[in-house]
Amino acid sequence: MHRPIRGHRRAGRGALAVTAAVLAAVAMGCGSSDDSGSTSSSSGAATASGDTIPVGILHSLSGTMAISEVSVRDAELLAIEEINAAGGVLGKKLKPVIEDGASDWPTFAEKAQKLISTDKVAATFGGWTSASRKAMLPVFERNKALLYYPVQYEGLEASPYIFYTGATTNQQIIPGLEFLKEELKVKDLFLVGSDYVFPRTANKEIKAWAKANAMNIVGEEYSPLGNTDYATTVNKIKQAKPDAVFQTINGDSNVAFWKQFKDSGLDAKSLPVTSVSTAEDEVKGVGIDNIVGQYVAWNYYQTTPGAKNEAFVKAFKAKYGEDRVTDDPIEAGYVGVHLWAMAAEKAGSTDVEKVKAASKGLVFDAPEGKVTIDGENQHIYKTARIGKLRPDGLIDTVFESDGPIKPDPFLKTYPWAKGL
Amino acid sequence: MDVILNQLFVGLSIASILLLVALGLTFTFGQMNVINMAHGEFIMAGAYTTYVLQTALGTGAITLAFGLALPAAFLVAGTLGLILEFLVIRRLYGRPLDTLLVTWGVGLMLQQLARDLFGAQNVNVSAPAFLDGGVTIFGADLSFPRLFIITVVLVVVTAIAIYMGRTPAGRRMRAVMQNRPLASVSGVRTTRVDRTTFFIGSGLAGLAGVGITLLGPVGPTLGLAYIIDAFLVVIVGGLGQLRGAILAALALGMANSFIEYNTSTSIAKAGVFLLIVLFLQWRPQGMIVQQRRGLA
Repeated sequence: MHRPIRGHRRAGRGALAVTAAVLAAVAMGCGSSDDSGSTSSSSGAATASGDTIPVGILHSLSGTMAISEVSVRDAELLAIEEINAAGGVLGKKLKPVIEDGASDWPTFAEKAQKLISTDKVAATFGGWTSASRKAMLPVFERNKALLYYPVQYEGLEASPYIFYTGATTNQQIIPGLEFLKEELKVKDLFLVGSDYVFPRTANKEIKAWAKANAMNIVGEEYSPLGNTDYATTVNKIKQAKPDAVFQTINGDSNVAFWKQFKDSGLDAKSLPVTSVSTAEDEVKGVGIDNIVGQYVAWNYYQTTPGAKNEAFVKAFKAKYGEDRVTDDPIEAGYVGVHLWAMAAEKAGSTDVEKVKAASKGLVFDAPEGKVTIDGENQHIYKTARIGKLRPDGLIDTVFESDGPIKPDPFLKTYPWAKGL
Repeated sequence: MDVILNQLFVGLSIASILLLVALGLTFTFGQMNVINMAHGEFIMAGAYTTYVLQTALGTGAITLAFGLALPAAFLVAGTLGLILEFLVIRRLYGRPLDTLLVTWGVGLMLQQLARDLFGAQNVNVSAPAFLDGGVTIFGADLSFPRLFIITVVLVVVTAIAIYMGRTPAGRRMRAVMQNRPLASVSGVRTTRVDRTTFFIGSGLAGLAGVGITLLGPVGPTLGLAYIIDAFLVVIVGGLGQLRGAILAALALGMANSFIEYNTSTSIAKAGVFLLIVLFLQWRPQGMIVQQRRGLA
């Protein structure tokens, strides 16, 4: 690290320019450009030799999304440990290769390429925000490699190289809206979200649904990821006087939103909020006092009944501590690893095309209940569950769909969704 | 009318938060010209101090823990600042580029330290019971946490003004800032003054951290959300100018509040940045200019 310090020039004016550049880089989320050239290697070739199978784990372990994604990584590692304890896949142990996407979308693309071409992983489990998935999608398609994506998202996508283990719109947002309409008799709805692809697309769908269901959208507000001041947003909500708020804020900003929502004198009684991005794991950072009684829409809660879930929660707490909680994306991450392992076992190979073929109609007894892979769009059948925050920070199911809902990412079976 | 009053209060509140996070920088950046990119992490340290005290004293003593956190966070962040000054910054005076890069690295290390100590997830800091809720005056909703932050800022600004203007230590600080060689030959021990200045500047960041726990997330990357705003306030206000920082914070807070009300949060952020760029084209030295009594 030795540099010629003595001859160093005192930098005067340049300093301000550099300050500005660094500040700008911080503001934008500094990331280098897309992945480098080497795209020749196919992950199918990865698997042949050695007595371990490398698998990639790619989540934000730093930055604004780390709050959510670190736990999903933990769940995926737990699943890998379970699979290895049961003898591995095709007689080989799985070896996780962990990379940090750093809450920065180009970094996700870059690290995905690195996992595929340098580490030769058989499959990658990763991503959270839709922006990170959209950044990784071309990398996985170009390399014909597999990504298991564990988070509910806005739909309108079905890449042949991605398995979507979280909910698509018709398994989460639409049941959430139906709950507001049927159970809470909501007429006027206010939409609040983070400013990126998921909330914007989800709200487009919500508006189309509302039009067909005689619900008024009385306001629509977006804030940048990482935003910390919601005073003006809350004022706008108060002025619009909605019956309920539909909230798609992601990451750290949730804490600021809920704290300031409550400080302004609003609560679950005076104005119910349905969130599709706040789960048990985030509640701990929000503070249960700020959010108790509010509603969330997911497919799994720590309290979901069943022996499979009890075992999962017990194993998760045993490995990571009694104070940890499980939630929907954590479960979906865990399910993704098991689904890939089952498919590889069934295919007798980790070759991508064979795993894809073996995945069609695959059934797994997951903590959320039985899930089935839809062979057509590679999403999974999931039961929609609307939950209510209780004072201890866990979530009770207050409304549940009749069994698992068939995934319909393009909303083809919904007439109101034409033209989206 | 309600709308204007409400947004005036929001603007005042944003201004108070901006000023709170920027006050420390008016010392370290403004007075000493040290570009301390770890300033945000000192804010984080203050926030985590509140969390540690609350956890240690239990749920029965949330108000007490919060009260103790104010001086404790000042000391914790101030001490961190002293260590940083002693180990790194004093070797790099007059080399702003190196200082910038090194303190950025230190900031990343502090973030990772927080992640290792407290986990990557946000932690919950409860607001004391007396700050629950708010009052409505002339149709404007004034929430107690925001009123509390405004009060803290008023108290701190008054204290700084007295310290800088009325005490011998403050006079020495201004002397060093205005003309270091002359202060030095007049018998002022500039290294000690530097150390004190850095301690106070960093400590104020810790204090800001306590206030911020009332409104936002407490996590390892908390500092990143505020560091840019803090630098902007100091640059727009004019380096080292307390009055400048106050004016800048008010201007930015009000601009943010009213632009956001009429457009959206994202556009308000961009709009405020644009206004700052235009303003600095017109007045690169900031709102208030330091009178220098030197040849430099």
